[in-house]
Amino acid sequence: MTPGPWQRMDLLARQLTPSMLTLALVIINVVPLHIPGFSRVTPLLPLIAVYHWAIFRPRLLPAYAVFLIGLFQDILTGAPIGVNAFMFLAVYGSVLSQKRFFIGKSFFILWLGFSLIAAGAAVISWVLVSAFYVTLVEPRTVFFQYLLTLGVFPVVAWLFLRWQRAFLRLV
Amino acid sequence: MQQRPRFVNRLAQPIRNLAQRFAFLGLLMAAVGMMILGKVDVLLMDSVRAHVTDTVAPILDALSRPIDSVSRAVDQVRELADLRGENQRLRENQARLLQWQTVARNLEAENKILKGLLNYVPGPEPNFITGRVIADTGGAFAHGLILNAGARDGVVKGQAAITGDGLIGRVAGVGDRSARILLITDLNSRIPVFIGPDRTRAILAGNNSDHPRLIHLASGETVSAGDRIITSGHGGAFPPGLPVGQVASVNDGGISVQPFVRRDRLEVVRLLDFGLAGILQLPKPGADPQSNRKAGGHKGAQARKP
Repeated sequence: MTPGPWQRMDLLARQLTPSMLTLALVIINVVPLHIPGFSRVTPLLPLIAVYHWAIFRPRLLPAYAVFLIGLFQDILTGAPIGVNAFMFLAVYGSVLSQKRFFIGKSFFILWLGFSLIAAGAAVISWVLVSAFYVTLVEPRTVFFQYLLTLGVFPVVAWLFLRWQRAFLRLV
Repeated sequence: MQQRPRFVNRLAQPIRNLAQRFAFLGLLMAAVGMMILGKVDVLLMDSVRAHVTDTVAPILDALSRPIDSVSRAVDQVRELADLRGENQRLRENQARLLQWQTVARNLEAENKILKGLLNYVPGPEPNFITGRVIADTGGAFAHGLILNAGARDGVVKGQAAITGDGLIGRVAGVGDRSARILLITDLNSRIPVFIGPDRTRAILAGNNSDHPRLIHLASGETVSAGDRIITSGHGGAFPPGLPVGQVASVNDGGISVQPFVRRDRLEVVRLLDFGLAGILQLPKPGADPQSNRKAGGHKGAQARKP
């Protein structure tokens, strides 16, 4: 039985959600929250999304989408254009290369994996930005941002897990 | 029939893997290329930023509104809790400011006479463009804001962005309906300033932390903690006399500055359109209710003893 046009559209819409959710996180990330000191160390929500979808649905978040989302993040946050694109791609690539390790692992292991990969990402971004500006950028804020990102990981990852159980079961 | 697809697969799979790997590497290279391009052609990147920001601005505008309301409600509750203490503080402030008013009136009169003697030509009155903060593009590497006012509202690159408390930054990029503000704490921000009553010249340099630093001080000059910092207007980048902050500490690592404006409080920002050169006359109290509300929030920074 071939799927009708509506079913196909439904499928397409579902398949687009990982990219769209990641894109939405980039935008949500810059909405001013008016919390003292928070804007400096805002957790990198899109990084969590890239990590998550690279593990569970890499087909629905292809490398070029990761690249474009990274560029969008750079443009919106005012970081040198290309830094986040590079960083997201590096995270995406390293998750895919270790795909066998991540399959079927517990949530805690995934969190642990994220802590390692996000640390690498933080170092990469710090090195890139420092090289770009030819100066040593304050490393403390990068570190706190990393910690906060680790802290919100369970929330975002849990939401994504729920999402993929609800909408991406067969995709 | 079974044999062929498997054969094709066996042949195609490594090729596909290889192609994917090359595509991935290509994207990584493209990211690096973008960085280099951004270093070489700043204008191109600025215009790309402006266009993309313009596209997203309505979404950001819609998203930031409810959050603004919530934060305002939280503020009101907090104020309610602190009503008695606040009242006390305001009373003390009132007493001090009354003295200041007398001083200011005397100075104003004296100033008027002296200006009359000198045939002083006042600078042009600045115009204001007011915009709402729709994005706080923080992060570890850049300190900026996005406003919902753009070229169609008269925003021009380089304008100073202020609140009632003082300077927050300058316009770094303008789209049609949005503008990007580079905060004074950003790594790329350099502002010529005067320090203290001696009007020592220096450059206020952002370093991506909350406390920018003073650099290029003339040798032999001394500054001390608590000195007030205002823009000097050198280089024509900013109108002179805008309050910026005060010296927080002086030590071997340099002079760090506490800006007057608290970044998390920013909701509405004014852009100063003062022409090319001119001496700024700060708006008279009561001219802008928004700025007054904000000025009330921070205590005594502008009313330090002479």
